Amino acid sequence: MPKITFVDSLGEARTVDAEVGSTVMEAAIRNAIPEIAAECGGGCACATCHIYVDDPWGTLTGKASEQEEDMLDFAYAVQPNSRLSCQITVTEELDGLHVTTPDRQG
Amino acid sequence: MSETIKTDVVIVGAGPAGLFAVFELGLLDIKSHLVDILPKAGGQCSELYPEKPIYDIPGYPIVTGQGLVDNLLQQIEPFHPTFHYGEMVEAIEPLGTAEAPLFRVSATGGKIFECKSIIVAAGGGSFQPKKPPIEGIEAYEGSSVFYAVRRMEDFRGRHVVIVGGGDSALDWTLNLQPIVERLTLIHRRDDFRGAPHSVKAMRELVANGLIDLHIGQVASLTGEGGQLRGLTLKGADGALRDIACERLIPFFGLTMKLGPVAEWGLNLHENLVPVDTEKFETNVPGVFAIGDINTYPGKLKLILCGFHEGALAAQKIHRYVYPDKKLTFQYTTSSTNLQKKLGVH
Repeated sequence: MPKITFVDSLGEARTVDAEVGSTVMEAAIRNAIPEIAAECGGGCACATCHIYVDDPWGTLTGKASEQEEDMLDFAYAVQPNSRLSCQITVTEELDGLHVTTPDRQG
Repeated sequence: MSETIKTDVVIVGAGPAGLFAVFELGLLDIKSHLVDILPKAGGQCSELYPEKPIYDIPGYPIVTGQGLVDNLLQQIEPFHPTFHYGEMVEAIEPLGTAEAPLFRVSATGGKIFECKSIIVAAGGGSFQPKKPPIEGIEAYEGSSVFYAVRRMEDFRGRHVVIVGGGDSALDWTLNLQPIVERLTLIHRRDDFRGAPHSVKAMRELVANGLIDLHIGQVASLTGEGGQLRGLTLKGADGALRDIACERLIPFFGLTMKLGPVAEWGLNLHENLVPVDTEKFETNVPGVFAIGDINTYPGKLKLILCGFHEGALAAQKIHRYVYPDKKLTFQYTTSSTNLQKKLGVH
């Protein structure tokens, strides 16, 4: 099963198993990762599962869709590597994915 | 202060659970008023996912959030519920006894209700504007920083900065530009999700030098005594720029906060209201909680569960509203009495 590492805003890393076909947000919620709220439950409708995709993983996770970019307008401290974790589907290729969570989701 | 509105039940929240409660109460001749902080019915369905399909409403293989709300409004129409939009229930004061509950309910805007039961159907709480985490912003809220425009006069002749890229940001840019000293629009990217004609009108104002548009995010604020003087913008390239700003209006959408529900004397468990699963009543007799805001062993946050909870709560509320009447269970398929209430017989 692919593994994802979440690094929180204070620098603490947590590595969890993520099922192929689920989303990075779901892996975070199932494992009680702090700093991910996911208020809308994965609908790309709230921008509270905002993460930063660390190098060099951005090429594999791809770019945010137009709708996701619109939702990112509601997030804080948005960076070029910002994504909504509910919009990244876990694949075998993403085994080892490394992301950082912001200190606040709003 | 306005006159007290007397009714049987005040429903806090006009989301799907609150709306369907009107129906279940109405079948039992119980009148209700709904209070919701949003300007429209539907709660999260309308606010978070109006266009998104829902697949787990019994009898609807697929229905959008807004479609479900529209149907519920049609379904409860025969009971003529009164809606109080843009208002939040702030306080509830018990006036009665455990056997004969009576409450005084006060809402923002000064409305006072007197009712025999309350249904808290507040979902994840009330929708409130998201506040950007800019250091020290609280000191300016209400004097220089506003999350909505209530009175345009507050902005006349001022250096106004609006932050955001949606319809609220664009509409207020266009509406306030003629009366302010200088208007600056800040957005994190040069792409706006607002209505195309508003984007076009905004671009024309920029092209004609009538407003300033900056791409970036607000890094810090300067001012004193609650009076903002300026802000520092961090551009997409990381460059910092100082901008004159006496009034700041950030539009970052809405978030759900539990809000005043926490102050009503109800037991809370992790920001949820515990209820029994027979009547969905809280620890305060006469106050019920249904939908996403309640909790009990096995609770699922599903719309269909909220419907069931409202139906059972209505049975108990009938005893409070009509203590001397015996309640006979009836079906809408066969009861001419119920069909009359629905206006179909």
